[in-house]
Amino acid sequence: MSSVSCKDLSKTFTQGDEIIVGLDQVSINIEEGSFVCLSGPSGSGKTTLLNAIGGLDKPDGGEITIGEQRVDQMRKAELADMRLHNIGFVFQAYNLIPVLTALENVEFVMQVQGRAVAERRPAAMAILEEVGLKGMQDRLPSQLSGGQQQRVAVARAIVSKPTLVLADEPTANLDTKTSAQLMDLFVELNERRRVTFVIATHDPRIMAYCKRLIKMQDGKIVADDLQQPAIAAAG
Amino acid sequence: MSIPLKIISVLAWRNLWRNYRRTSIMLLAIVVGVWAMIFMNALMIGMVDGMVKGGIRNLPGHAQIHHPAYRDDPSVVNNMPAPAGDLLKALGSDGVLGWSARVRVPAVISSERDSRGVILLGVDPVREAGVGFDLSDLVDGRFLEAADDTGLVVGAKLLQRLETRLGKRVVVMSQDPHNNVAERGFRIVGVYSAELDSQEETFIYAGRETVQKMLEMGSAISEVAILGQDYRDLSVWYPALEQAAGSGLEVRDWRELDAFLDTMLGVQDGMALVLIVIIFIALSFGLVNTMVMAVFERIREIGLMQALGMRPSSILYQVLVEAFILLVLGLVLGNLLALLTIAPLESGIDISGIADGAEMFGMSTVLYPALRAGDMVMASVIVMVLGLLSSFLPAWRAAHINPVEAINKI
Repeated sequence: MSSVSCKDLSKTFTQGDEIIVGLDQVSINIEEGSFVCLSGPSGSGKTTLLNAIGGLDKPDGGEITIGEQRVDQMRKAELADMRLHNIGFVFQAYNLIPVLTALENVEFVMQVQGRAVAERRPAAMAILEEVGLKGMQDRLPSQLSGGQQQRVAVARAIVSKPTLVLADEPTANLDTKTSAQLMDLFVELNERRRVTFVIATHDPRIMAYCKRLIKMQDGKIVADDLQQPAIAAAG
Repeated sequence: MSIPLKIISVLAWRNLWRNYRRTSIMLLAIVVGVWAMIFMNALMIGMVDGMVKGGIRNLPGHAQIHHPAYRDDPSVVNNMPAPAGDLLKALGSDGVLGWSARVRVPAVISSERDSRGVILLGVDPVREAGVGFDLSDLVDGRFLEAADDTGLVVGAKLLQRLETRLGKRVVVMSQDPHNNVAERGFRIVGVYSAELDSQEETFIYAGRETVQKMLEMGSAISEVAILGQDYRDLSVWYPALEQAAGSGLEVRDWRELDAFLDTMLGVQDGMALVLIVIIFIALSFGLVNTMVMAVFERIREIGLMQALGMRPSSILYQVLVEAFILLVLGLVLGNLLALLTIAPLESGIDISGIADGAEMFGMSTVLYPALRAGDMVMASVIVMVLGLLSSFLPAWRAAHINPVEAINKI
């Protein structure tokens, strides 16, 4: 299910009179169980590509296939179902639901999936502990620091065991130690559960974890290299 | 896969109470709207009821039976026999609360200082008290005690005009069926007050048998006034009464007897409807506005929920469920508030200070708000339907938010 294929993806945005190219004929294949980093300067198209793969934004042209499903041809409800059951998102800004506690935010996706409290509560507590937020489950996002909020967002993205995780600058607000812990968690999930990761990042330390590094510029892929991860998962 | 209603309800309930400030404002808007509708409706109905009941009591009765020529010429000649047989049986049927057989003739009343034209009512005091005369209106002395009572009960204003007082004798003069002057001395035994000065000046009450004897009309009467349970619905007893009266007598309901009152009732009903429609429109605008604001305030949150996999239809249901919960709470609180504010006013609101001239239209200067369960249910149903319809637009907009744009909204 988690292999991703994009063919001739294009997307433009209008800003006043100016037309900005988000994606320019981007074609890419990401195999199941990959650990891919998208790098490039701001405005290079990383976030646009992640949004298109996740069905959050419709491309102007081209095809996107996840597993056997054509994402670009799906209706809104089908896209929502696909995101709910298969994709975990980590957004650039933490994007937690402000009225829910850390625990409720993590539980949200499972709750929408219809899972019982008895099933979702222990899973949410365990993942919160795993991202270093033990004892903070009852805090509202406004009572958490930026780094803590990002960890809740990461916990929410992976708690329902998606087959594909799309992460946009997941460590942007984390300190070095927490970033490393988080990336270790990602690598472990990738290796143990064969979860596919596509991570957009500026951070060379994060790129060092990736098995494949795709460089983007002006909406185009300018480099696509397999690499030996410089940093392996701890433990 | 659609989210079960239970989960949507839990999310909606939680969302409402985490945003207690916004929820409280919206709730307040609904409560005030519901309260205003019920309260204003109760006032309008109270006003109409007061006007009609006052008018009916002055007339009095929900219907009257006369000699066919009496309404054109209300003289003693156009009299009718006292109810008997089928008519008496019809007057005893279900739905008739009371009836009173009266002699009602134009007369002149004279004191030692002045004379006035009046309407002399010869009544059986027991029956009259149940139909046309409210004993609580007596301000001095007593009411008549029997049909052969020789006392006279007059209005306070008339007493003032005649420059006489309780206990003094007056002379009442009228015409008998043979066109001879009939007169009799009466002692004033009671004084009543009424909403209208004109009523106090016009109607004087004497025992029916005393008046019949004075006018030499045997047991004949001028009219039978009948009081039913609900002035709006006479269908239970009126047709049977008409049939029993036959063609020799004329039966008329209060609408025909007092066209002015009927017209005023129509005007008041229309005004009440306009007022209610205005309140409904204001309420619906308030609801749409607050719901739209609530949605836009949460645009990032809604976009995020979509991004995490909540279907547009689930978002729509959630906003509607939130509106439904708010509406239910608002209706309960609004109805309670209406009950709490109207109940203490049951003894009446004195509007004499702001209603100069209201008496001219037959309106009472004391307003009795009428809170009816049916009106509360109707107002609640209308607010619920209206509220859900009003919420649909913001709910639909919420469901069709572009998640990427919504998430990036500041």
